[in-house]
Amino acid sequence: MSKAAPRGANSAPSQRPLADSRAPDEGDGVETSPTVSDHIAKTTCYMCACRCGIDVHIKDGKVRYINGNKDHPVNRGVICGKGSAGIMQHYSPARLKKPLLRTGPRGSGEFREIEWDEALTIAAERLSTIRRTDPKKLAFFTGRDQSQSLTGWWASKFGTPNFAAHGGFCSVNMAAGGLYTIGGSFWEFGEPDWDNTKYFMLFGVAEDHDSNPIKIGLGKLKARGAKVVSINPCRTGYNAIADDWIGIRPGTDGLFVLALVHELLRAGRVDLDYLLRYTNAPVLVVQESGSADDGLFVRDGDGNPLAWDRVAKRSVKAADPEAKPALAGSYDVGGRRCVPVFQLIADRYLDDSHSPDAVAERCGVDAATIRRIAAELAHIAFEQAIELPVAWTDWAGRRHETIKGRPVSMHAMRGISAHSNGFHTCRAIHLLQVLLGTIDVPGGFRFKPPYPRPAPPGPKPCGKNVRPMTPLDGMPLGFVCGPDDLLVDEAGRPTRIDKAYSWEAPLAAHGLMHSVIRNAWAGDPYPIDTLMMYMSNMAWNSSMNTVETIHMLTDKDEAGAYKIPFIIYSDAYYSETVAFADLVLPDTTYLERHDCISLLDRPISHADGPGDAIRHPVVQPDRDVRPFQSVLIELGARLGLPCFVNEDGSAKYRDYADYIVNHERTPGIGPLAGWRGKDGGSIGRGDANPDQLQRYIDNGGFWHHDFSDDQRYYKMGNRAYLDFAVQMGFIARAEPIIFQLYSEPMQRFRLAARGHGKAQPPDAERSRIEAYMDPLPFWYAPFEDDAVDLQKYPLHALTQRPMHMYHSWGSQNAWLRQITSQNRLFIHCRTAAGLGLVDDDWVWVESINGRVKGQIKLIDGVNPDTVWTWNAIGKRRGSWGLKDDAAESNRGFLLNHIIGDQTEADANGKRYSNSDPVTGQAAWFDMRVRIVKCTADEAGFTEPQFERFRRPPHFEPSPDVLRFGAAFRMKREAAE
Amino acid sequence: MTCLPARTEKKLGLVIDLDTCVGCQACVTACKEWNTGGHMAPLTDIDPYGGHVDGVWFNRVHAYEHTTELGGRTVNFPRSCLHCETPACVTVCPTGASYKRASDGIVLVDEDKCIGCKLCSWACPYGAREFDTDVGVMKKCTLCVDRIYNDNLAADDRVPACVAACPTSARHFGDLGDPASAISQLVAARGGVELMPELGYKPTNKYLPPRAQSGRAARVDAPALEPIRAEGGFLGWIDRMLSN
Amino acid sequence: MHPAFSVVFFTTATGAGYGLLALLGVLGGLGFIPADFWLGLVGVALALGLIVAGLLSSTGHLGRTERAWRAFSQWRSSWLSREGVASVATFIPAGLFGIGWVFFGKGGGWVAVAGLLAAAGAVVTVCTTGMIYASLKPIAQWHSRYTLPAYFIFAGMTGDVLLNALLQGFAMGSAAVLTGAILATFAGWTWKIATWRYNDQLAIPTTGNTATGLAGGTVRSIEWPHTEENYLLKEMGFRIARKHSAKLRRITQVLAFIAPIVLLILVFMAPWPLTAVASVLAAISQFAGMLVERWLFFAEAKHTVTLYYGRE
Repeated sequence: MSKAAPRGANSAPSQRPLADSRAPDEGDGVETSPTVSDHIAKTTCYMCACRCGIDVHIKDGKVRYINGNKDHPVNRGVICGKGSAGIMQHYSPARLKKPLLRTGPRGSGEFREIEWDEALTIAAERLSTIRRTDPKKLAFFTGRDQSQSLTGWWASKFGTPNFAAHGGFCSVNMAAGGLYTIGGSFWEFGEPDWDNTKYFMLFGVAEDHDSNPIKIGLGKLKARGAKVVSINPCRTGYNAIADDWIGIRPGTDGLFVLALVHELLRAGRVDLDYLLRYTNAPVLVVQESGSADDGLFVRDGDGNPLAWDRVAKRSVKAADPEAKPALAGSYDVGGRRCVPVFQLIADRYLDDSHSPDAVAERCGVDAATIRRIAAELAHIAFEQAIELPVAWTDWAGRRHETIKGRPVSMHAMRGISAHSNGFHTCRAIHLLQVLLGTIDVPGGFRFKPPYPRPAPPGPKPCGKNVRPMTPLDGMPLGFVCGPDDLLVDEAGRPTRIDKAYSWEAPLAAHGLMHSVIRNAWAGDPYPIDTLMMYMSNMAWNSSMNTVETIHMLTDKDEAGAYKIPFIIYSDAYYSETVAFADLVLPDTTYLERHDCISLLDRPISHADGPGDAIRHPVVQPDRDVRPFQSVLIELGARLGLPCFVNEDGSAKYRDYADYIVNHERTPGIGPLAGWRGKDGGSIGRGDANPDQLQRYIDNGGFWHHDFSDDQRYYKMGNRAYLDFAVQMGFIARAEPIIFQLYSEPMQRFRLAARGHGKAQPPDAERSRIEAYMDPLPFWYAPFEDDAVDLQKYPLHALTQRPMHMYHSWGSQNAWLRQITSQNRLFIHCRTAAGLGLVDDDWVWVESINGRVKGQIKLIDGVNPDTVWTWNAIGKRRGSWGLKDDAAESNRGFLLNHIIGDQTEADANGKRYSNSDPVTGQAAWFDMRVRIVKCTADEAGFTEPQFERFRRPPHFEPSPDVLRFGAAFRMKREAAE
Repeated sequence: MTCLPARTEKKLGLVIDLDTCVGCQACVTACKEWNTGGHMAPLTDIDPYGGHVDGVWFNRVHAYEHTTELGGRTVNFPRSCLHCETPACVTVCPTGASYKRASDGIVLVDEDKCIGCKLCSWACPYGAREFDTDVGVMKKCTLCVDRIYNDNLAADDRVPACVAACPTSARHFGDLGDPASAISQLVAARGGVELMPELGYKPTNKYLPPRAQSGRAARVDAPALEPIRAEGGFLGWIDRMLSN
Repeated sequence: MHPAFSVVFFTTATGAGYGLLALLGVLGGLGFIPADFWLGLVGVALALGLIVAGLLSSTGHLGRTERAWRAFSQWRSSWLSREGVASVATFIPAGLFGIGWVFFGKGGGWVAVAGLLAAAGAVVTVCTTGMIYASLKPIAQWHSRYTLPAYFIFAGMTGDVLLNALLQGFAMGSAAVLTGAILATFAGWTWKIATWRYNDQLAIPTTGNTATGLAGGTVRSIEWPHTEENYLLKEMGFRIARKHSAKLRRITQVLAFIAPIVLLILVFMAPWPLTAVASVLAAISQFAGMLVERWLFFAEAKHTVTLYYGRE
């Protein structure tokens, strides 16, 4: 074994180099020590959203090899299937080469190349006019953008509220559900305590954004023999290695979780002490039907929520550390009847409608299994509790000699999120965790700084008053606390193009990118002038109802003008969306650019300390392309946006790199937290450090701060942590963060629906607000279940990205596409047999929205009422550098074609976005389908088919043979 | 020389943990990426952007459903050269291009001697050999012979690319000929198995079977939950708990 | 296994060529067939021509033909190398025999020695060819006690039928050779049917379970590591429908065995030149039938790698 302490995740004794790694004298002439690279550049991967540290080996000016950075806190040396295939992304034949201006009709792919100056002039003139007249006529939406703190800030300075990234169709339910409940959430917000957990529950996840950390964690659990339970209709990916796979019916996880809650409550297996200290369980709620504050908290004159002291028999501040609050009962405070939150919880979930027997059939999980899981949770949490011998002090100054933990942890993602009931299901999972007392404790689910934040976090969305030449008051996205914070006009009409923060989606913390094209096309709530998008394939796999979306992008008014007048799009590759742009701004690859993975944005911290990272150019572009962020900064300067120009009107930032170093969001706080101050000596706060990027590069491209032992747990109430968080600017005050099991902001919406307050929903919206803005988590059937005839459409249809393409642009990648270039529809063997189907049959998948054709594969590892396929494998002919005969456009299919982007019309004839009514999260997974066998002459090719895109100027046909690496060997052997 | 060494000093190989592999393809592309510029470079891809794409890969991951009376499980299954002790792929080679190293047991192909007769690929039951039609020679896993001894790599990087990459720690590397080695101990502890032992190739690589089907899976022996039967029911119980 | 024409033709042609060479070597060398210039020239040329054409065809299967010479080096371990050595070595006595028998028009003495050595070389070469297949454990249909005798029997059979055609063609028909041809064809037929029967009932111990180490129950492939066919599937994943295979087996039997036997029996009854015509037709039919047989030999052989792809 090597003598030095092992680095990296894969450092078990059975994973280390040979004790003696000198080459044996074999005499076969094999060169066992070839030179690998001329130098190694350490930067951050961008093959997905995980943002691992990578070592890029550069040889002869080319990328020879990319491996994981062993010192990086995210991936600790490992690298996923995408990361290792980064070379093929970087050298993809689909890379755009130069700015393009449309010459043919939209969607044809006919362009001419233009110079950057012309491109920027066209964009600046157009945007300048919009800004002078009506800034909201610019809709700026970004996709897999990792620079949202810049793009959002730019939109704010431009003065348009119409900004968001892709979170609305990705996972806003997960983010909002968590942030409104525990002030954090899964993924970027937190992670299981992989080293201590004994029981791990995984909901709706087969692969995730937090790709390598979860895999490293699962490896740890497996090595330790901890139990992994997965709740997922599909037995793929992580679910394949679960000790217990529960193949639940899609969209019923909330029922399942609340049945666990029912069982735990019924048996008294909840952590009362934890509930008292860290949650609003004891807070008194007014119970006065019809009053304007019915269901709101009882507060004192300073606005502090009150609890009932069961010893003193009077109301006290709920946060008073000396109080002995009651958790049950009904009390009279100031002449008003009120009950603790926990009483409401018990009342609701102890009801028989939540019993395992009541939900088993609907969930497709038998009641005994639900009871067993509940018993296992209770057993691990309460009989196998752990204690770390570390002293710490809580927010109230109470010293604890040990850190107590309940080693049950959970993780949830897309499968929970992408339903119209996802927000409440997500809240239900957090409720379950909190009742078990397992959040931010040893063995439980842990926050990653800058989380936890107050639930919900502070800033509210801006954009109520849009005026020419005027920046917004703050950032376009934020968190509403009640109807007064909505972005609606006096009549209750949305002021944002995507209707985020309107009565249709009040808590739309990430916007609704999936509604933008329809709304802009329909001029509802108003027409726009320019749609500017970055890195999001809205003309294909990022939209629901693709066929109609394509129509809306190309539809013209009576005068022959496009209904969406101008589209600016930035992408590095010739994706399907490029062909629909009027102006194309070609982006660089991830190895050619600066980026910052910022604490202001979507950080890469882990639970043991905050961190951030950069990208820097490790190879130079061989094409006339520019990083979008630098282009945006230059556009900002050309437009003279405040904060993008100096007083003399000159550009404030040279480029994105300059911005990363010198921008300060608030005094002393900038995009990067490491090596701040003139000498680089401070973290979090400090002056700009001109040497900062170099310090990052010298450190391997990232910064990470490791907590002291007493800061690592109970961050919601840990004084040492809270003080640190204030110093770093994560939170404003070192006050405890109280988990909001009962959500008062939601109740405020309900009260508005009942006719209270200044801002009230239009009458047509009242019942919807009343129903879905329930302050306690509840379950309702996904909307499509109620809208379609389930006899006709008996099956659920899901998609997932294959692990080797998750959040990646895989089909242009010569290596990744070899693994999957045609997607099959997976169907349960029994279900297939019932339909008379066998392996390889071609079938129509039909929904109320349309039909799409593909080939099936029979499996056992899926819920029998569910079919699923790999997402975004189907591609449009002519895109992504693929040849006309590529499987992607001939045999692969895109399920998006048949997912509706709107709900069925309600009683008033109104159609809503096919989204969660609370957050606006796209409800991709609500879809119901039926399967119909193709006729013989229909088999063998996919439908619908679309016209082939033309190749942009100077695009060569993709090569017939790829000999990547041959040149390295030739040069190596020539040197020998 | 295609006669096998009577014995090898070491038996270097891999151990793959099927209980932990999630099928993420990390080992697959890490292998491709290293080796396409490595000892057997390039790992050519024919028709890389077309409808008949066919590339050379040394490591591929299959997915199976294994169903027994104990239940079903989806198993992701990485497949690569097993560096057998008695590899017929070596002995059938007419030119001496295929050989097994006496020092470490790695099975290699000397491309300069290979005539591309493909017989070795017929002789390998595991499909470990991949023909590069572009240059007309057979290629295969080298166990990263140009990594594990490479002085130009940091000392702790001298493991096969697939082992270094694997995010779930499902791959292990070492001397399976040394019963005291960590990897041999792992095989013993987890009941590691050979593939197609009946054919007698004596593969060096071993697979650790999924635990669910072996009765070794993690389990929690939790007693069933009993409803609170105390006076006052659940709310009474709360009161008493809080007064304690 | 993929029935590559180069290999199908190679094994069929060299089998027939070596069979004919062996018979000429023994019968000619020992004087059972009188030395006749034209008969000898055509006979030896036909034998060597088939061998050379087969060997040349086999190089079509090679990725690097220019290095084929390297294949002679590993005779200690490799049947393919042994085949190469034996086939080339056989040319020496075969050439000497040809010169002696055809050009010097004599048998016995050194010509007989050369003839016998050539025959021995032919037998050895055919056996090495058979062993190439018989030694491959991953292919159960080949790795059986039927394979080596099959190559031996079919070489003798096609050689004898060819020799008969040759003799009849030169109006030098021999009842012994003719009888031998009929008996050999019967033997070949019987052997083939026995082989098919054996293969059809083959209980192969290697299964999806042993291939993956997943014990008990069933192992079903649900996803390949790649969408399109790769080298392994193109080379070893060949599949033939049972219906198709049955039809080709019938064609094999008709062309390779039944038609030749009927034609050869006719030879007993017909006058020259009908005997010649029937004999030549028998040889042609049998050769064509053996090509189909050899195609099936590959097509019906299942390599264990197909287990990984669920192509059982």
